[in-house]
Parts: sequence; C-alpha cells; structure tokens
Amino acid sequence: MSAVARLITPRAAAIVVALLLLLTLPAWVGNPYYINIASQILFFAVFALALNVLVGYGGLVSLGHAGLFAMAGYTAALLLARGHGHLVADTAALAVTVVTAAVYALLSLRSTGIGFLMITLAIGQILWGIAYRWASLTNGDNGVNVASRPSPFGFSLAGADGFYYLCLVVFLVCVATMAVVVRSPFGASLRGTRDQERRMSALGYNVWLIRFYAFLLSGFWSGVAGLLFLYYNQFISPQIVALTTSAETLLMVISGGTATLLGPIVGAAIVVIMKNVVSAYIVRWNMVLGIIFILIISFMPEGLVPGSARLWAWLRHRWGAGKAQPAAKTGEDGA
Amino acid sequence: MPRVNRRAFMAGTAAGTAAAALGMPAIAQAAPFKIGLLTVKTGPLAQGGIQMEQGIVTLLKQKNNTFAGRKVELISADTGGNPAGAKTKASELIERDKVDVVLGPLAAFEMLAINDYIRQQGTPLMSLAGAEDITQRLANPWVMRGSASSAQCCHVLGDYAAKELKYKRAVTIAEDFAFGYEQMSGFQRVFEDDGGKVVKKLWPPLVTPDYTPYIAQIGNVDCVVNGFAGSNPVKFMRAYADLGMKRIPLLAGWTAMDDALLKSLGDEAIGVVSAAWYSASLDSPVNKQFVADMAKDYNVIPGGYSAGMYVAGQVVEAALAKTGGKADDKKAFNEALRGVSLSDTPRGPVKFDAYGNVVGDIHIRRCERKGGALVNTIIKTYSDVSQFWTYGDKAFLANPVYSRDYPPAKNLE
Repeated sequence: MSAVARLITPRAAAIVVALLLLLTLPAWVGNPYYINIASQILFFAVFALALNVLVGYGGLVSLGHAGLFAMAGYTAALLLARGHGHLVADTAALAVTVVTAAVYALLSLRSTGIGFLMITLAIGQILWGIAYRWASLTNGDNGVNVASRPSPFGFSLAGADGFYYLCLVVFLVCVATMAVVVRSPFGASLRGTRDQERRMSALGYNVWLIRFYAFLLSGFWSGVAGLLFLYYNQFISPQIVALTTSAETLLMVISGGTATLLGPIVGAAIVVIMKNVVSAYIVRWNMVLGIIFILIISFMPEGLVPGSARLWAWLRHRWGAGKAQPAAKTGEDGA
Repeated sequence: MPRVNRRAFMAGTAAGTAAAALGMPAIAQAAPFKIGLLTVKTGPLAQGGIQMEQGIVTLLKQKNNTFAGRKVELISADTGGNPAGAKTKASELIERDKVDVVLGPLAAFEMLAINDYIRQQGTPLMSLAGAEDITQRLANPWVMRGSASSAQCCHVLGDYAAKELKYKRAVTIAEDFAFGYEQMSGFQRVFEDDGGKVVKKLWPPLVTPDYTPYIAQIGNVDCVVNGFAGSNPVKFMRAYADLGMKRIPLLAGWTAMDDALLKSLGDEAIGVVSAAWYSASLDSPVNKQFVADMAKDYNVIPGGYSAGMYVAGQVVEAALAKTGGKADDKKAFNEALRGVSLSDTPRGPVKFDAYGNVVGDIHIRRCERKGGALVNTIIKTYSDVSQFWTYGDKAFLANPVYSRDYPPAKNLE
C-alpha cells in the first residue's frame, strides 16, 4: 500500500486547489448567469451522487429516482404554499422523501437487475401520474410556485452568490458523507452485496437490509438535491418527475463513472453545461450530447473518470516516467 | 408537418446580420436594442417554437433590423420546452445578454415557472403562453400577452355556437391538461349561459395513440368542440372523419385549427368552424405582406405562433417609437409597451387591458377548399374581445381559475 501513500500528496493538493476554486468561484466568474449554472451543476451532482450509491456501489440500477427528487420538491412547495415556514416544510419534505424511499425499497428490493429497474421505473411513473393528474393537490401541469428562498441565520439566499454558497456547502457535506460511507464497513458490505451476493449471505450478512439502508441514504440525498432544485427554480411542475429526469441522472452517473466519487460530479457538469450553455450556440445540442455519450461508452466504457485515469496511467507507462500504477485499480471504488 | 426550410431561414438571418453590420455606422448612437426570444427548438414543442422565431425574424427583415431608428439585435434561446430550461434561459437572456425585452415563452408551464423571476428582474416580457392566470390572478406588471388567454377564443366560440348556430347540446374533447381545461371551461360557461348544454367532457391524455375509444363515447349531440394543440388536432380530425362522424359538426379552438396546420390536413377538416385571434386569410395589406413573406422565406402558411411573435415585435417597435428609441429606463419602456394601441397588425387592431392581456378581434372561420388548398374563411368577426368576455374583470376574477372541475358541469349525462 505504499503506492497509495505516495498518491496522497498530489491528490491532497488537487483537492485543496479544487476547494479554493469552488470557494472563490463567484469572484472569478462574475456574471450571475454563470454562477447559477455552477449552482445547478452542484445540486445535480448531489443528485447523481445519491443515485450512485445504488447504481455504483449497490449494483442496483434505478430508473425512478426522479420520483424521490420531486417528492421532496413537491412536499416542500405544497407546504410552503399552505403557509408553513421553510424549516417545517424542508424537514417534512426530507422525512416524506425518506419514507417514500423506504416504500420504493420495500417494493423494488424483491429483485435485482432488470426487475429492480422496472419496478423503480413503475413507481416513478406512478408519482409522475400523481403530480400530473391529481390537479386538486398538485395544481397539475401548471405547477407550484414558491414565493421566496429562505434566509437561514440572516444569510440571504435570494441572489446568485448566496444560493451558490448554499449549494456548495450542501455539496461538500454530501461528498464528505459519501466518502465516509464508501470507506466504512457498511460501504464495503454494500459493494460485497453487489459483487458476491450469495457469498455475503453465506457469511451472515443481511443482504436485503444492507440494500435497504443504501436506498434510504440514496433517497435522503435525492431529497436534498430536490429541495435545492425547488429553491433554485422557485417552481416545480410534473416535467421534473418525468422519466427523462431519471434517465438523465443515470446518464450523468454512467458517463462520469459509476462507483467513483468524482464520476457523478463530472457527469452532472457535462449534462448541465451541454443543456444550458452549449445549447445557446448549437441548435442541435441534443445530438452533440448524444455523440459525447457514444464516444464515452465506446472508448471509456467504465466512465470518463476511471477511463481518464486509465489513460493517464497508460501514458505515464509509455513515457516511462517511473513506476506506473496498475491501470484497472486507479480511480475505482471511492477514488 | 410543415417543413422548415432551414436554408432559407439561415439565408434570412444572414441577410439580417449583414444588414445590421452595414447599417451600423449610420446610427452612431449607443448599443443595439436587444430582443431576447425564449423559444423551443428541441423536443415535442419545437414546431411551434420554430414558427415563433420565423414570425419575429420576418418582421425584423421587413424593418431592415431597425425599430424607431435604432438597430435591433435578436438573441434566441432554446428552453427545450421545460420549466427549468425556461428559467435558465430567461436568466441567460436577462442577466448575461442584458436584453431590453423578452418575447415568449411558448408553453404555459414555462411562463408560470419564470413569472416571479421576471417580476424580480423587472424586464418586460410578451408571452404567447395561454395560461389564464398569467394576466389574471397572477398578473405581473412586467408581463403582457399579445396572443390570447386560453379561453379568450373559446368564449366567442361558445357564443357563436349557441346564438348563431343554434346548437343545444355539445360534447367537449381536449387534452387532459390545463390548456385543455381552460379552453373547454370557457366554452362551457358562455355556451351554457346562452342556453346550451355541455353533456359530456372527454379528456384524452396528451399522448393518445388512438382516439377511437373517445370518439365512440360521443352520443346524440349537435356539435363536438375540440381544443387540441400541437399535432394532435391532425390525428384527431382524421380519426373523427374515418369513423364517419362528420355528420356531427366539429368546432375548434385556435390551436386545433391553426392555419399552420392546414398543410397537414385534408378533406377531414372541411366544414370545421373555429374561433381564432389570427387568420392567414385576413384581408389587410399588412397581413398579406406577412403571409407573402412567410411563404417566400419559409414556404409555410403562418399560424398563430408566427403571427403572435410578429405582432409582439410590432408592439415593441411602437413602444420604442414612443420613447424615442430609448429603453434604458425599463419602467418607462414597460409603461410605453402597455400603452401601445395598434390598428395595423396581421391580426387586426390590438390594445391591452390593465392586466396586460390583449383586447382584439376574434374571428369565426369555416374551413373550405379554395383552388385546391384548404383555407379558414372568416365568416364573422367579434371586435374588441376581452379575456373577461362580457363578465367584467371584477366579477370574473372573483371566481376560481378555469379548471377540470370549474365551472362545474351540471348537465352531464
């Protein structure tokens, strides 16, 4: 493990630089439009990280996470619209989302693979149907407006800067949580259920329960991302509950690299930037996004982050710049 | 599907840009006036969005990219037809590109998503979105609508059906979403106030592969009113005719019989009576020029989406003329916009009520075949129609917004 020890210094340096860049972003970006794009990348990254718990570490591909994301948004929006405070609404929203995640888990964890995917898809579509059709509760496709963003401890979130820092704090807490969980015995047992389900059972682990807890964790962070999404847009409507959201988030995770910490973040950045910034210059941005995904899948099927690490290691090996890392190990599982 | 002639479009845009570049030195004063267009170029709503862009580009070309002596720059943004996209793109236009006025967006949910943001930013916006409340219970001092509220045409249709066509019993059919509810409720309210009865209301989902099960539920009635939008009217009318239903007259809201759809329709559309705020067949010099230019540049018959943006552009031009080309004082410019009254637009005279919604002509048209092509021939024009019909704003706004359950249908069978 001396190789890992040697890696720590450059990695720590990279983390510090990244942190500094993120902390000073509003100053060097300047225009509120781009700061808002950064906020969107951060909360979609939180959502992608949440999904990654199941997809990457649990090996459970969910196509229904838009339902969890929107459950938090809708619960908070409807409570706020009925005159409740932000604290009550947000707490209730997270609680409801975790309960919903538990229901998802109870129904979907009866199977894995395609079965799991279909059940989560079905539940997601049911929630979409409720948001869309139960108009007396959800206001149908006209959606729900949120009058204002909260001001926790007198810190105003109304502007682009304030909201960015909220997203950044939440994002950092999320990344830290994920890093801790992944390295914990629980994270190891979750990966165990992914790779060797029967052996884990034979060893006395309760596979179902491990997956259930993972689902709750994923649901909680999906809800947090959903709340940020709600406060960012100050509006929620059934479009966000639709299958497209689930699929897009899954693409973020897969294109960036499943079962890595950095992958979902990179994936979120690609999708958000293509959708919002590149679309201003290229009418057929959907096609460009599609081509990017095809290239990633063709040349780096393991995702952009592990793929780049592999490429980097290979290049270093070619240049003979010292002892190259074994390619496949780099960046995997909690890099 | 009306084909967008992309090459012609690019050529038009290029010509416009070239004209702008050439004209620059002549008008040394300040930066160009910026119009931001929130439109949809990808996804299921793209067709309407592309028509919107064609409408405003046609106007700019006619005016040589100059409004009231000031160069005009058009920046168009693709929302993707979803609320979050609309919010981001509105922010791009307003905070990054610093546009002076926003035209669009297309869909009601997009407009509702950015309503508060527009209010905070204080940038004037002219929308095409139908949602009633945008100029009613959620009226916003910065938002205007130069097209029509969802029910504005259907109020007229209800009146015409009961009083002129003497229909007594009607079935309504529209997509199962807010625009459908608001249209059909408007029809029902006026039709029933005039003595008619809506005996059945059908709500097929937005994506319905086959309308047969819904058409089969239509019983013994005098007319069927449809409020479909997008490409659904084409599918619906074909199924309606195929099932031999044409013995029961078909009425239509503006999107269901929009002139841009005529190219995709056949004999099944003949005889359909519709109420619309714009008609390509309208006989005025400005409209003839507009229709001719659209035919020349894009090879299309313009419908409401193109005309709506053309008219919105004219309103912007008139306001700019009033302020002497100045738009730096957003408040003053916004007031100038809201005070605009035009007599010479492709849709006829246009003015705005205190809530920012247009007051103008609504035409009753019958679809006919003339010289081989389908035409919506105007058979009656209602002048100065308000979004509140004849109910008065106070009384109208005291009620809840039109929905699936309001006003309640008392005559269902």
